[in-house]
Amino acid sequence: MGVLKTAGTITRRTFLIGSAAIAGGVAFGTYLAKKPIDNPLLDDLEEGEAGITPFVKIGPNGITLITPRADKGQGAYSMQANLIAEELDIDPATATITPGMPGPAYYNGAVMSEGVPFPAYDESKLAETARNFMAVPAKLLQIQMTGGSSTVPDLFDRLRSAGAVARETLKEAAARQYGIPRAELRTEDGQVILPDGTTINYTALAAAAAAIEPVTDVTLRDPSAWTRLGKRDLPRTDMVAKCTGTEVYGIDVQIDDMVYASVCANPGIGGDVLGYDEAAALSMRGVQQVVPVKHGVGVIASNTWYAFEAIKALNCQWGPGPYPKNSAAIWEALDAAVDNEDHYDHRQRNEGDIEGALADAQTEGGVLEASYRVPYLAHAPMEPMNAIVRINDDSVEIWTGTQIPLFVRDKAAQISGVDRSRVLVYAQPMGGSFGHKLEMTHVEQAVELALAVKGTPVKMTWSREEDMTHDYPRPAGVARARGTVDNGQVTGFDLSVGQSAMAPSWFGRLTGMTVPGPDATITTGSWDQPFAIPHYRVTGYRAPDMVPVSSWRSVGASGNGFFHDTWLDELIHAAGADPLEERIRLCSHDTSRKVLEAVGALADWSGPSVGDGRGRGVAFCLSFGVPTAQIIDVTHTGDGIRVDKAFIVADVGTVLDPTNIEAQLFGGLIYGLSHAINSELTYENYAPQQTNYHAYEGLRLYQTPDVTVKVLENGHRIRGIGEPGLPPAAPALGNAIFAATGQRIREMPFYKHIDFI
Amino acid sequence: MKLTVDGTSYEADVPADMPLLWVLRDELGITGPKYGCGIAQCGACTVHVNGLAVRSCQLPVGSLNGDVTTIQGLGSPEAMHAVQEAWVEHQVAQCGYCQSGQIMQAASLLTLNSDPDDEQINTVMSGNLCRCGTYPRIRAAVKTAALKLNRA
Repeated sequence: MGVLKTAGTITRRTFLIGSAAIAGGVAFGTYLAKKPIDNPLLDDLEEGEAGITPFVKIGPNGITLITPRADKGQGAYSMQANLIAEELDIDPATATITPGMPGPAYYNGAVMSEGVPFPAYDESKLAETARNFMAVPAKLLQIQMTGGSSTVPDLFDRLRSAGAVARETLKEAAARQYGIPRAELRTEDGQVILPDGTTINYTALAAAAAAIEPVTDVTLRDPSAWTRLGKRDLPRTDMVAKCTGTEVYGIDVQIDDMVYASVCANPGIGGDVLGYDEAAALSMRGVQQVVPVKHGVGVIASNTWYAFEAIKALNCQWGPGPYPKNSAAIWEALDAAVDNEDHYDHRQRNEGDIEGALADAQTEGGVLEASYRVPYLAHAPMEPMNAIVRINDDSVEIWTGTQIPLFVRDKAAQISGVDRSRVLVYAQPMGGSFGHKLEMTHVEQAVELALAVKGTPVKMTWSREEDMTHDYPRPAGVARARGTVDNGQVTGFDLSVGQSAMAPSWFGRLTGMTVPGPDATITTGSWDQPFAIPHYRVTGYRAPDMVPVSSWRSVGASGNGFFHDTWLDELIHAAGADPLEERIRLCSHDTSRKVLEAVGALADWSGPSVGDGRGRGVAFCLSFGVPTAQIIDVTHTGDGIRVDKAFIVADVGTVLDPTNIEAQLFGGLIYGLSHAINSELTYENYAPQQTNYHAYEGLRLYQTPDVTVKVLENGHRIRGIGEPGLPPAAPALGNAIFAATGQRIREMPFYKHIDFI
Repeated sequence: MKLTVDGTSYEADVPADMPLLWVLRDELGITGPKYGCGIAQCGACTVHVNGLAVRSCQLPVGSLNGDVTTIQGLGSPEAMHAVQEAWVEHQVAQCGYCQSGQIMQAASLLTLNSDPDDEQINTVMSGNLCRCGTYPRIRAAVKTAALKLNRA
């Protein structure tokens, strides 16, 4: 299949797999030696820097698979292990799976590839070249980051190559030992098998394999030969541990002689500390020390609960935050930015003559208009932020769940004054993230606390209240829409989106650097949709920086998916067309059109109105290169709206783990519905008013619809699936509620406008 | 203060008002039960006392009136409880952080009602929050676990 041919070329061009001897065995990984050849992709290495950053280690006692991309619950460790195992011919359950130590060779070459100014449905040579080229800055910037649904696209070839090189090198070692050509050997279950059936464990060949040149001329297996990837019964490697309470998350790590701590910082993020009652905290049982931290104060104690209780007793007094005082002022600033040329940021879609179309419609009295709002949203994963830090005179050790281990390393070095080469980050599995763990304020605070008790490991845990009020939320946004319809068709679509810039807020916080130029996230998910509307314009307006903001599952598409698809649905209804048929007619991208057609077939679509207070909504969003369509059925009961059923179709190009893809897709839908229905952060006196789950309700089991998922493989590139399930959920629900009730909801959360069961 | 957890007796030097959760996690090193909210809104801390589900973040250890079973005592990776087996069969967990509590809640439900219907499952399990949205598989796994237990 085409995807693999392309992949082979990329493989040779952008990385090399090598081997190195380790104690009693061999490691296979990305070859770091600077070569005397003209390869600009190796220019970031220092002269003399050599060795490998491993993906596979085989010693006398076992096999270790290194999975550098973080696991937030999306199954990344399991997927990475299975990519290696597919070529290595082992059962990952028999291996040790670890993220290893962060390193520049684990750079993420795919996370920036959708940052190019081409929509994902543009498969032209120019667009593809630009995407491939984005691996270069990612490598040079040493971006070892997990996010953007990029793990699989980035590592699909690299990890299989590591497995294949390891397998062939082990076979070569056996070939030499037994005097049999390598081509006559095969492998299975961690063993090389000789023609006579004799088996030799990989572990017994490891030392010999380290002594020979690695076999790097490998061909990746055709998917038809896969025994693990693509199979329905491929279990996640972490499942048993997670169902028996034995998975060790960051918050569960225990280090000898550890003390416990928590902090409180100004919830007006960036504001000053005016005062606190240190004596009250120090007088409490179990409290050892009160330590000032940036914009806040921490308590070190002998139990996390003592620290939580002492924090309350501190009774901190806070200065104002450096942004508008409350939600009313924030909405005012957002409303003022939209369609205001002083706030113009970018316009990546401008087709036909939208101004002319609107003017023509005006004279006929037919311009359609609407405005939309989405609120600030907390990520609120189940595991609150935490980190263990131990600082000695010349070293810093950090145990934490993080999507950005190298940024954590550098910031800890900066705060502690220890050289970054002696800052060790032990990445831990995460109890959820949704983008939350792309931030590291909690680690910085833990480093400050650990500096106060050098030599002693400090486990710092945020209370849920601290976590909710220091979340760096998804930006709030507003949109104004205009459009035209003619003769039963949508003819003009104009969307103006206003929000604060996310990327500079986040990247500035991590690095202290400014990000020049427009912020694409303002319109990601609306400018880049695969529809051929004759007059079609999407414009981003940049509101002032207000509450510091961050990436939230599906990033720009989380709000823009709602704006774009809801407005499209409104225009289709105004045109009198069928919501699904008109989307299919307008769709200009073959892979996306097939997704729309498939969701209609899956749901047995026959129109939005079902009768008896029931309605169906369809929605579509192309995000992270994955066209995703959803149909949601609702019933308007006497007790409120009930979400009955949901149907999801997405195209990921190549399916590697169907059971987990299904989970990610319905998980994205449910996360999307949770926030569409229930959740928002509102601000008063610079602080979020929602401090815990009681005020920030996610969907519960009784509200969860029956979900049917179908995954297609028509796309020309392999794609990740952690995020694309989310963006269509809110518009599909809103469109279904309109079909059932005639009420159009243009603001999240929907509960402010209609009751739910 | 004496307490029995997963069949083992412990002595903990803690005040009576310390929530059981924090005795388990930070004093005894039993980390299967999770801290999620501290106000009984999420259920991640759920353990059994005398075989029935309680929110350990809300139970002062001084009020404890029976033996405690945590997710780690319910079964082990080598010998899973039927509910844990069903969870693995359905590949329920994503991040997994809430699943200790979900499984303990489900096991408690099935102790009281060996054949719950959808409505009963909804009612009992809706106190346990899952931010990953694993609910469709939780629903299916509870039913599978009921079948397993009824066959046993």
